Amino acid sequence: MKQYGWGLPLSASSYAGSIDFGIYLIHAVMILIFVIWGIFFTYLLIKYRKKTGVSAQRDEGHGVVKSLIPDIIVMVFEIVLIAVYAIPVWSKIKIDTPPSGKANMVAIEAQQWSWNIHYPGPDGKFGKTDPKYVHFSNPIGLDYKDPAAKDDIVIANELHLPVGKPTIIELTSMDVIHSLFIPEFRLKQDAVPGMKIPVWVTPTKIGTFEISCAQLCGMAHSFMRGRVIVQSQADYDAWLKSEAPKSAAASVPASEAF
Amino acid sequence: MAHEHQDSQTRKSFYHYFFSTDHKVIGLLYIVTALVFLLCGFMLMLVMRWQLAFPGSPIPFLGRILSPSLAPNGVMTPDFYNALGAMHGTIMVFLGIVPLGVGGFGNYVLPLQIGAEDMAFPRLNLASYWFFLLGGLLMLSSFILPGGAAQSGWTSYPPLSIINPGQTVWLVAMVMLITSSLLGAINFLVTSFNLRAQGMKLSRLPIFVWAQIVTAFLLLLAFPPLEAASVLQLMDRIAHTSFYLPQGLVILGMRHIASGGGQPLLWQHLFWFLAHPEVYVLLLPAMGIVSEIIANNTRKPIHGYNVIVGSMIAIGILAFVVWAHHMFISGMSAVLSDFFLVTTMIISVPSVAILTSFVFSLRGGSIRFTTPMLFALAFLPMFGIGGLTGLPLGLTVTDIYLHDTYYIIGHFHYIVVPGSLLALMGGVYYWFPKWFGRKMDDTLGKWHFWTSLICMNGVFFPMFIQGLAGQDRRYYDPMAALHSVPTQPLHVVSSAFAGLLFLAQLPFIYNFFHSISHGEKADDNPWQATTLDWACPSPPPHGNFTKPIRVYHGPYEYSPAGHKTDWLPQNEEVLA
Repeated sequence: MKQYGWGLPLSASSYAGSIDFGIYLIHAVMILIFVIWGIFFTYLLIKYRKKTGVSAQRDEGHGVVKSLIPDIIVMVFEIVLIAVYAIPVWSKIKIDTPPSGKANMVAIEAQQWSWNIHYPGPDGKFGKTDPKYVHFSNPIGLDYKDPAAKDDIVIANELHLPVGKPTIIELTSMDVIHSLFIPEFRLKQDAVPGMKIPVWVTPTKIGTFEISCAQLCGMAHSFMRGRVIVQSQADYDAWLKSEAPKSAAASVPASEAF
Repeated sequence: MAHEHQDSQTRKSFYHYFFSTDHKVIGLLYIVTALVFLLCGFMLMLVMRWQLAFPGSPIPFLGRILSPSLAPNGVMTPDFYNALGAMHGTIMVFLGIVPLGVGGFGNYVLPLQIGAEDMAFPRLNLASYWFFLLGGLLMLSSFILPGGAAQSGWTSYPPLSIINPGQTVWLVAMVMLITSSLLGAINFLVTSFNLRAQGMKLSRLPIFVWAQIVTAFLLLLAFPPLEAASVLQLMDRIAHTSFYLPQGLVILGMRHIASGGGQPLLWQHLFWFLAHPEVYVLLLPAMGIVSEIIANNTRKPIHGYNVIVGSMIAIGILAFVVWAHHMFISGMSAVLSDFFLVTTMIISVPSVAILTSFVFSLRGGSIRFTTPMLFALAFLPMFGIGGLTGLPLGLTVTDIYLHDTYYIIGHFHYIVVPGSLLALMGGVYYWFPKWFGRKMDDTLGKWHFWTSLICMNGVFFPMFIQGLAGQDRRYYDPMAALHSVPTQPLHVVSSAFAGLLFLAQLPFIYNFFHSISHGEKADDNPWQATTLDWACPSPPPHGNFTKPIRVYHGPYEYSPAGHKTDWLPQNEEVLA
């Protein structure tokens, strides 16, 4: 399957399929409704066009209840869609985040106009950050006095993930609202300054995917791109190791990233 | 007396037009001003469409005139693109469609249809127009003021809107426009409930009037929160408060001076609390116009008058509890989203009921395909497409993927442009004979209709395909994201149709101004209509009606049994 085309992009996360199912189902129903409706509409326009000697037939209010039948059908379809599909799937994707003990953890601190990807390192703990430490060489303001920060890895615009394992991304922003969009994962979530929003994803395919920003964030909004690199667990571990020591200080300065 | 009347007729000065308290003069002022603003907003979009079709290439003609700060070497800058986008949205919604549908048609037609001499507060009415005009001119002039035009989208989400230039003028202009709408809304409500002619019971009101009443309630109740929200945002900008700014912001490597404690989502809640009802403000007057035109041109009463009116009222109430479906992925509680999902699906029920009633109104009719009727009929399938494509956006799960893509742009443009705007244009053709005592040219009108309909679909339909491919909205360079590259040719298609759509409006502009003085003469009731707006001279004199008005029937007594003609005016008594 082609990664990008005229339809939905490649699907590469555990829940992408259930989102796609909804999109396909709704479009099939939409087209069905529109075609049936369109045929009826055209039929009425032709049959009841003005003809000499034929005057309009008033219905005197009869059939009003009957004409609500299409509405009732639409309503029933919507109720079923909500109860069977929307609420359960929404809960699975947005509410039931996997327990953080079993998941891989990453934090993303968005800024104008790059994605700072923050890995906790071998200790599994994110170091403290403080705006007062923000510097060209320390884009998210990691506090290196905090022991948990010593092994942290910060890289701009490159999100590495292991395949087949849930990853929780703690999303926030340092300046304005951005939105993390990874089309192949069908993942989208706003990054709001002052809020830490957890989103999760289990990648199902190895490959390189795209991060784009979906919320207007200023001048370079359209250029705020990143890459997602999904690797096997072994490759991912090896990559983490290679980045491990002092990569925070050596990471790509965000302002040069795009 | 006669001499005096003639005298005032001949001396139609600037003062007469711009300071008249006559609802008809104010209504026409609104209509012409709004149409001019619509054209301005459309031209901004044409410039943007060039960049979208051919990213990074110099804009033809205009590129040479624009200042290098906006378009160096004729290529627009990202900031200028963002400014055009923000202003396009703002102008089309707040300066175009709403003033046209409410200020324009509402002002002119509503008092006539209820048999009133004027609005309840004629001077307030004039004040409302002047707030609108000054707010609009201020908004437009922001392009040449220091800091330029606002560039944070018509939604103006903080913190971006607080750190971006140009936003202060936007906020001040918005406060003026909101004030204008509030004055208008109060006036419409008082007029509709107190100045009805004898016998004009609520159950005899034309659907257009009902639509205006519901619209006025929406404006009156939804705008004040945005007015307050705008003032708070203004304070964040000029007085360094932080209603919308959290602690510890770092802007481009610099710590922001705001003390913090604010919440960016607060603005989104307040904004959408207005802006979702605003969608129905864009839509309801159009539906009102469609009702009038369909009843008149099918020559039978509208099917399900009570269903339509009840649905409009239901929409008016539900419109206040659906706003956060714009915020499913904003970071708002995911549990709260389920509530707004349910209310959003509920509000589709009355909308479908209205659409179904319109369609069933055609059954048994004797359909005259006049120019206004073509516009009203096209509203039905176009609103249908707009409504149906709202389904995957209103559904939380599918919205995750489609949110903020071109899909949503296609969706709301279908509602507003080939939906509302077509219906409003139909309204222009329908009431033009009332305004000027002359008809607009029918052939030009039909050309205008078919070319506009085709071009509008050509502009907006490709956006659904782009949206499904994941193309993000508000992108200066649509080719910057890899997933948008395959559908780039569709941008060229959209842009080409946008250019043609502009050309398609030229016959309308010519037809409008030419017909004012040269159109075919029309009598008082050229469409053989039943409502009271056709029971007065064309154009109506000051005070509207030349004889006392008393209402005996419902609004759409077409083809009544045993009557000599196929229409029975509301004010005509049938003696048994």
